[in-house]
Amino acid sequence: MTDHFIQDKTTKVTVNLEGAEQKMDFNDLKSGGFIKQRQKDLFTVRLRCPGGKLTTEKLIEISKIAHKYSKKGVVHFSFRQSLEILYVDYKEFNAIVAELEKIGQKVASCGPRVRVPTACGGCEYNPNGLTDTQKMAEMVDQTFFGTPTPHKFKTSFSGCPIDCARTKEMDLGFQGVVDPKWEEEACTGCTICSEACKEGAIESDPDTGKPIFDPLKCIWCGDCIRACPTEAWRPKRYGHIVRIGGKHGRHPMEAVEVCSFLPDEKVADAIRLTIEWYNANGKRGERIGNTLKRVGLDNYLKFMEPVFRNNETVKA
Amino acid sequence: MSESGTHATLDLRGVMCPINFVKTKLKLEMMSPGEVLEVILDSGEPIQNVPKSIKEEGHRIIEVKKEGDFFRLKVEKG
Repeated sequence: MTDHFIQDKTTKVTVNLEGAEQKMDFNDLKSGGFIKQRQKDLFTVRLRCPGGKLTTEKLIEISKIAHKYSKKGVVHFSFRQSLEILYVDYKEFNAIVAELEKIGQKVASCGPRVRVPTACGGCEYNPNGLTDTQKMAEMVDQTFFGTPTPHKFKTSFSGCPIDCARTKEMDLGFQGVVDPKWEEEACTGCTICSEACKEGAIESDPDTGKPIFDPLKCIWCGDCIRACPTEAWRPKRYGHIVRIGGKHGRHPMEAVEVCSFLPDEKVADAIRLTIEWYNANGKRGERIGNTLKRVGLDNYLKFMEPVFRNNETVKA
Repeated sequence: MSESGTHATLDLRGVMCPINFVKTKLKLEMMSPGEVLEVILDSGEPIQNVPKSIKEEGHRIIEVKKEGDFFRLKVEKG
């Protein structure tokens, strides 16, 4: 937001840091997660909290550091689940970074690169969760954080179709799904599954009570599996719906679904190849959704075939 | 044990989620493993939510009967 301010155009300043004269480039700072505030000399220090998760020990230590360096003694929970320490004087950057480093807390990033992934609770503690979104977010943070791209590149992980992590608004989003399988022998015809299904994908046979399943209505949430008293509905396979090209902002775009059952072990490949395609095809300052519109979704899908092949449904 | 093979009955018709589940849970906590609680639930939200929560708590639903607009469940304490 503030990068359009006129005073940001002159980005190189000489500052006296701990007794030594140093040149400081504000653009470099921005890539390191220091965001200029409207107040003179004051910056927001954005921390890196993949999936919005922090240990309580770390949170206590961060609180102490925030209290020491924030001139107003406040923090802000960013919209991408990371903690931001507000009102930090740029002359104290080195000191705050050193103190954060001591507790193993890294600073996040802004600008044209892979951002800190966001995620819901997923199957770790949310009863609806179908995939381990927290583990995935951790993996993306470790493997891809900060990778340069033509414009910002946001990823997120939702554990179920309720999609709290808003995968439809991401440059690349992954939403957990489960393919249900029904076994007749175990079924008592109790009709709970047809009641539990909010999508109308399961009707009960009027005579036997046994389910009549419509896969076209199914959104792969697993409610039938969880509700079934006799385990007649079981998970056949778990995976991720992959969505690409979404964004928020002034001109929001909804992501398109490009793969419907990507297994966990292929998520990293999907991200790596997508970044490769984006870097080869995207213009500077162009979000991947617009690149897809300009170059064509088919071009992308062809490039992604080695990863998405055999994972069914490629809806265009 | 009563003649219907249950040790207790909870009529939860008209009781909203998640109070119906909490009542079920509290009742089961007062029972011994293997004992059977009969629960009567409305269709709609209660039947969508309560059975899966009962399962997640480690109990077993051994019988389900639909009676008009409500369900009669037999739950064996786990």
